[in-house]
Amino acid sequence: MAIISRGFAGRRSAADAKLPPGQYLTTDFPVLSAGPTPRISLDKWEFTIDDGSNVVKRWNWKSFRELPTENITVDLHCVTRWSKLGTHWEGVSLDTLLADVKTDAEYVLVHSYGDYTTNLPLDDLLDGQAWIAFRFDDDDLAPEHGGPARLLVPHLYLWKSAKWVRGITLMHEDKPGFWESLGYHNYGDPWREQRYSGDE
Amino acid sequence: MWRVGTVVALHDETATARTITLSLPDWQGHVAGQHVDVRLTAPDGYSAVRSYSIASAANSEKQIEITVERLPNGEVSPYLTQELAVGDQVELRGPIGRWFVWRTDQREPIQLIAGGSGIVPLMAMIRSRVATRSTPAFRLLYSVRAPEAIFYRDDLQTLASEDSSVVVNYAYTRTVPKDWPRLPGRIDKDLILSATWPPSVSATFYICGPTGFVESVADLLNTGGNRRENIRTERFGPTGERK
Repeated sequence: MAIISRGFAGRRSAADAKLPPGQYLTTDFPVLSAGPTPRISLDKWEFTIDDGSNVVKRWNWKSFRELPTENITVDLHCVTRWSKLGTHWEGVSLDTLLADVKTDAEYVLVHSYGDYTTNLPLDDLLDGQAWIAFRFDDDDLAPEHGGPARLLVPHLYLWKSAKWVRGITLMHEDKPGFWESLGYHNYGDPWREQRYSGDE
Repeated sequence: MWRVGTVVALHDETATARTITLSLPDWQGHVAGQHVDVRLTAPDGYSAVRSYSIASAANSEKQIEITVERLPNGEVSPYLTQELAVGDQVELRGPIGRWFVWRTDQREPIQLIAGGSGIVPLMAMIRSRVATRSTPAFRLLYSVRAPEAIFYRDDLQTLASEDSSVVVNYAYTRTVPKDWPRLPGRIDKDLILSATWPPSVSATFYICGPTGFVESVADLLNTGGNRRENIRTERFGPTGERK
């Protein structure tokens, strides 16, 4: 039974219908990070896929940018309750990056410059659900938003879309990442409002 | 999982910020730096939730304080700062967060750097340290627009006069007090050098404020030789850079 706040009207808009439960709409682009923003020069940047012991794929910025790219328009949902609709990105699909990787791994741990990590099932990176994005709104991705490149996996809360992404490790057993070890939900589906550990 | 808190006291910190003391009979305690989610429900069932940092010390009391800054176009903060009355009830969830926290068993020197209402979780850390008579030396560098924008003024003044192991410095960005030795301005390299722990003491830094503030301070600390892993940040508010 909810407590009713007399005199509280709230602010509803037509767009609320499109929002996951407990989210509100913003037109701004807030920033959340656990520490300082790392600065990574493009000539040092690389992105790798490994199986826990060996690197099975490696790109530098030049070879990464030679891959086919996609233009993506998606809604973003942050666990801190803001949502931003219809954001425009350019990136390389994980389907492309994982195309000739043979694996029976079921999970991945995503690594970032600055040592951030996040975990998710491998299936959530496939079938047009995830990209390594390097442009936002027709500009190079700004460092505070994860540039040079970040993971974009918009069907999960935005902390899963690791900024400053550096590589992914394929895993047979799930292993919690940074926020997942600090009280946030292991999977993070905004439509099921999986914010904190203990949420169903 | 949602619990009911009853407002037992209200206190205006500034013209736009109010501290709300909530009584929570089944509260299990919190760690300094954690936040709660507050849910308001309208008579027709519509509800809105926002996160607010806890301002009170980590202790065993069955009540907490949150401080809410009224945002010009806010949905929840105008209600909490203007309509809410003593005796009203609100729903809340928490405490939440295990990263931007200070635990009373930490022994290293602590540097707190606040921008505006970013002081709230840092004040919980200072109060927790004072309450537990913990040993680490604390420093606070608090950036505010003007003297009248300072939260917890009395507590901070008392601290400055009574407890020499919590050192408080202010940076005024627009209006300085009479006879203040510095011109108004943002935290810069010189102020970091004069008012924060040097890298050699391996302090843990907690920086909280608007995004632009946190970005700028974290960069200054990082380029000043502090290790990334010693710098913890919490950001709020819009970037102000993109639409």
